[in-house]
Amino acid sequence: MGDMAHAPQQRRRFLNSNATQRLLAFASLIGLIVFYSLASPNFFKFENMVAILIATAVTGILAVAVTFIIITAGIDLSIGTLMTFCAVIAGVFITMWHGPVIVGVLAAILMGGLVGLISGTFVSRLKIPPFIATLGMMYVAKGLSLIISGLKPVYFNDTPSFALIAMGSVTGAIIPGFNIPNAVIIFFAVALLSAFLLNRTILGRYTFAMGSNEEAVRLSGVNVDRWKTIVYMVGGLICGVAGVVIAARLNSAQPSLGQGYELDAIAAAVIGGTSLSGGEGTILGTVIGAFVMSVLVNGLRILSVPQEWQTVMTGVIVIFAVYADILRRKRA
Amino acid sequence: MELPASGTAQTIDDGKPILELHKICKYFGGVHALEDVDLALYPNEVLAIVGDNGAGKSTLIKTISGAHRPDSGEIYFQGRKVEISNPRVARQLGIETVYQDLALVNTLDVPENIFLGRTPTRLRWFVDKKKMFAQTREILERLNIKIPFLRDPVQNMSGGQRQALALGRAVAWGGRIVILDEPTAALGVREKSNVLTLIKQLKAHGVAIVVISHNMRDVFDVSDRIVVLRGGKNVASRPKEETSMDEIVKLITGALESVDIAHQD
Repeated sequence: MGDMAHAPQQRRRFLNSNATQRLLAFASLIGLIVFYSLASPNFFKFENMVAILIATAVTGILAVAVTFIIITAGIDLSIGTLMTFCAVIAGVFITMWHGPVIVGVLAAILMGGLVGLISGTFVSRLKIPPFIATLGMMYVAKGLSLIISGLKPVYFNDTPSFALIAMGSVTGAIIPGFNIPNAVIIFFAVALLSAFLLNRTILGRYTFAMGSNEEAVRLSGVNVDRWKTIVYMVGGLICGVAGVVIAARLNSAQPSLGQGYELDAIAAAVIGGTSLSGGEGTILGTVIGAFVMSVLVNGLRILSVPQEWQTVMTGVIVIFAVYADILRRKRA
Repeated sequence: MELPASGTAQTIDDGKPILELHKICKYFGGVHALEDVDLALYPNEVLAIVGDNGAGKSTLIKTISGAHRPDSGEIYFQGRKVEISNPRVARQLGIETVYQDLALVNTLDVPENIFLGRTPTRLRWFVDKKKMFAQTREILERLNIKIPFLRDPVQNMSGGQRQALALGRAVAWGGRIVILDEPTAALGVREKSNVLTLIKQLKAHGVAIVVISHNMRDVFDVSDRIVVLRGGKNVASRPKEETSMDEIVKLITGALESVDIAHQD
């Protein structure tokens, strides 16, 4: 009752806080789409939209993974090469050992979880700064991918069903012509599940609480080390999903791929309003952030802007996003 | 999690201390932070611990709240010897601490702060928001704490509201002993008087309260008994009626040597 009376003020404060950045990111996304649509007739087409969705899927899944970690006031630089490592593991199980596809998929995801668990243990129990622990893990995962694969890509040519995991279309089977690739569906499913985890479960609430005031959470009797380890493990599991998706999309595990993906993912999370100082962030924001990045690059490509300049633009956008975050904080 | 009906555990007032410290010592390197400190806390009393900076006040309460382990000495809770090895153990005994920085999670809302570490759940994993909000309203109402916007992150609240919230959290869970570290330090006049009223209310509910404060006026306003620490030692314990601000200040500074240390507690 009292709550209802104060509703307008609550809404105002809500907008002032976390939603501003998300709104800004969303506005930029719409702005980009409108601009490109006017600039080129090739942009706003179903095929190109699908291309954007596919291009966003892998980075988007990784961005969701890293959002969990950044909310704890941590960082995970290993997500890109871990994704590749998981892809290679799928290749080992399916191509080298001729195991069933489902086993390869599960092995890849579980391996992601295991590596995340190890990173999390380094960070929470051994108190190694996340930046260093996951930087080390980035190299370890990269090296292991190269060793296991023998420096060569692992192809999934004998198992055509594997590629369908990313490039088949469940929606196309239901609604003919509406061929949204499964990679995109998986991305949205991971995002929805993650949003639920963050908002509705103990794990999610502890993730936010630890990121905002870890000491307070510890004093309240929560086993901070354990929960933080679990968060890194969840991040790792999601990287495993990304590994499966990228392997299925390329129909191969490319051991030299992966490095650089972590930066795109972190950029997407930051553009979407996840605060690098921890305690704040949303999956919706991260998803929007991931689309801002891929739409930006896709449009520049359609306008035939050289790739070097696409990279420059991405950098500028990231800096701008962080600056917007700082401005918002100052006002609050 | 079940909320106790009255909000505070029933304490049997049989004249025996609810908490007793015996010859507590704590060293940091070569520094004696606490040296043979004896302390008794009785139900329904507000005990003030005063002393200069570095006298050992914070170390002492951290020993009780489980943040520090003493190097030697014993702690008795209701006559039973206990080891308060971490904050969880302290909480299980019913010892709640409100730290000076309040230990609130700034980006979370009021219910999430009150339920920090004991979020009500369904099926063990899923946050029961409805229950959390309903119980929060109940707790705040019972303690007469007025916070209009439960959904706001607590960083938007005033100092007094934050202090009241931290206090409310401490007693909401049936805390029998509540330790307050400088509860009025950062507050304006009106907010300060609200918090002091709240402390008296808690005492009326049967909670034993330990207050650390630099502010002599607040100490004399709210406490029943005053313990003075100097150089890590307990140098005096005085019922409020039998002492004066002047005497306490002299005990703090060392201008007056303690005479009754032998027969106290």
